[in-house]
Amino acid sequence: MRRNTRKIFASKIARALVTVVLMVTSVFVLMRCAGDPVTVLLGPDATADMRAAYSGELGLDRPILAQYLAYLHNIVRGSLGVSYVYRQDALGVVLSHLPLTLTLTCSALTLAALAGVAAGIAAAVFPSSFIGRACTVGTVVGLCVPSFFLAIVLMLVFSIQLNWLPTGGAESWRSLVLPAVTMAAASSAVLARYTRVAVRESLDSRYVLAAFARGIPFWRILIHHVLPNAAVPILTILGLLIGGAVTGSTVVETVFSWPGIGNLFVTSVGNRDIPVVQAIVLLAGTAMIMTNLAVDLGYTWLDPRSKSSET
Amino acid sequence: MSIAWAYEWTWNIFRSSKARLGPRKPPKMGFHGAAIWIVGCLLIAALAQVISPYHPAQISLDARLSPPLFFGGTLDHLLGTDELGRDVLARLIYSIQISMLVAVGGTFISTLLGVSLGFLSAELGGLVDEGVMALVDMQAAVPFMMTALLIITIFGNSLALFVCLVGLHGWERHARIARGLALTARNRLHVTAARTYNASRVHIYARHILPACAPTIVVGMTLGLTETVLLESTLSFLGLGIQPPMSSLGNMVGYGRDYLMTAWWIALAPGLVIAATAMSLMTISESLRRTGPRVASFMPI
Repeated sequence: MRRNTRKIFASKIARALVTVVLMVTSVFVLMRCAGDPVTVLLGPDATADMRAAYSGELGLDRPILAQYLAYLHNIVRGSLGVSYVYRQDALGVVLSHLPLTLTLTCSALTLAALAGVAAGIAAAVFPSSFIGRACTVGTVVGLCVPSFFLAIVLMLVFSIQLNWLPTGGAESWRSLVLPAVTMAAASSAVLARYTRVAVRESLDSRYVLAAFARGIPFWRILIHHVLPNAAVPILTILGLLIGGAVTGSTVVETVFSWPGIGNLFVTSVGNRDIPVVQAIVLLAGTAMIMTNLAVDLGYTWLDPRSKSSET
Repeated sequence: MSIAWAYEWTWNIFRSSKARLGPRKPPKMGFHGAAIWIVGCLLIAALAQVISPYHPAQISLDARLSPPLFFGGTLDHLLGTDELGRDVLARLIYSIQISMLVAVGGTFISTLLGVSLGFLSAELGGLVDEGVMALVDMQAAVPFMMTALLIITIFGNSLALFVCLVGLHGWERHARIARGLALTARNRLHVTAARTYNASRVHIYARHILPACAPTIVVGMTLGLTETVLLESTLSFLGLGIQPPMSSLGNMVGYGRDYLMTAWWIALAPGLVIAATAMSLMTISESLRRTGPRVASFMPI
């Protein structure tokens, strides 16, 4: 059994690494499609010395395979080119924007997890009550109203009409509220949806019926029997949401001019600042694949059945 | 008259496809309303040049920032005007046209790409299968917004390129569905029979396997359409999708954001249209999924 588990872990880790390598490779291919890589990485107004030095470093006279290996080597060393706009190391620029994005993302996801899971449980336990219906309607609305529009409506109501919260910036906790709520809306809708299905399924099962027959109080059944069994799909979705947070934050950060990675991403795409975009894509893509891996390994550990059923 | 007929006709197709798949359940509430909204949007898109009250770029400087009808506006501009005096309703109609064009075109491309790759990988197997599935896994692992932004940075933007880019979204779902269904369908008796009388592979896939997969693929398409509408409007809102002088729904919201303090109606009207369209598409896809084939669900962009 334990050897089996180790084997599954190893194969999952290997698959994740293959995906990372594939992603890096496709970025390389796309960049080569775009034209001369020296111009791409150093910008149109680089000096001849810089160009010569960089093309020596990249080995552009060498065969394409050697170039690819050099590219991989550069990525491992963390040198991803120089931003055209900031005139600094692209990776450094991206990392300097990271803390603010993490603040926003963590608060939004905490909010989403609390609201989404609570709403999902409520909707599953009382399906035909007001709260159940509200949850069903709320999930559809939360999924279908695009976040930029929700952001604008919230801004219109709470910043412009009521003047309670600022429209943008990142000065105090007050400017965190609207972006976090906007970002949490869609995530909590997805979470509520999956939680409702999972909890409903668990509530309809025989072990819950047996627990009722034994006279265990309802809240105890919910905590000890229903929730652990509903945890796997909820964790999966939560992992996807964490991994997608950087792209999820692009819109919200842009609307509320929150100076995080998402905002930097959109500005850099607009400026066609390829080194910064490349750095963000590689960083966020790796983060996404790693969270997926963590979730995958997490529920191999959480759900004993998946250890034996998978070969 | 003809609209009612077309509606009846479409509804009958859905009904007959469902009858094949199992017992018929009544459609979920809101299905008819959603269908009417979508057909209406498609009609507006098709007839934009005829029904639009003004040209979308027509400027009238003495009617600048006029509010909508019931908020102190006039009958001349039902939904008000923007800060150059352009009619919001006319711009909305033309935006619906562009957005529908991108959404339908993109969904069509991604379905075509996904289904062909899925069939190819089911038929050839081996290395081709491995390669296609690795691509599918990668596409599914990285959020599409990121791929889209990377491609826009490297290749720039134009309407044709943008439609293709949107068409790259969601092909992996169609590929998975098509591959899975083709793998079971190709062992069915009538397909084996067709093979024995030496029917060509193209004939077998077009006449025997595709019809078997069609209902599931159609459901996948409605899902893809919802996501494409949201993706297009989000990219255009960020100023990275449809470029002026063309306008799409997301583009209009992005433009209206700058006038939120003085003229909220510029951003509100297109935003509501996006939300209503996405909600209608989702309702349709949900009720098709509830009665018909199961397709993995929807994630926010």
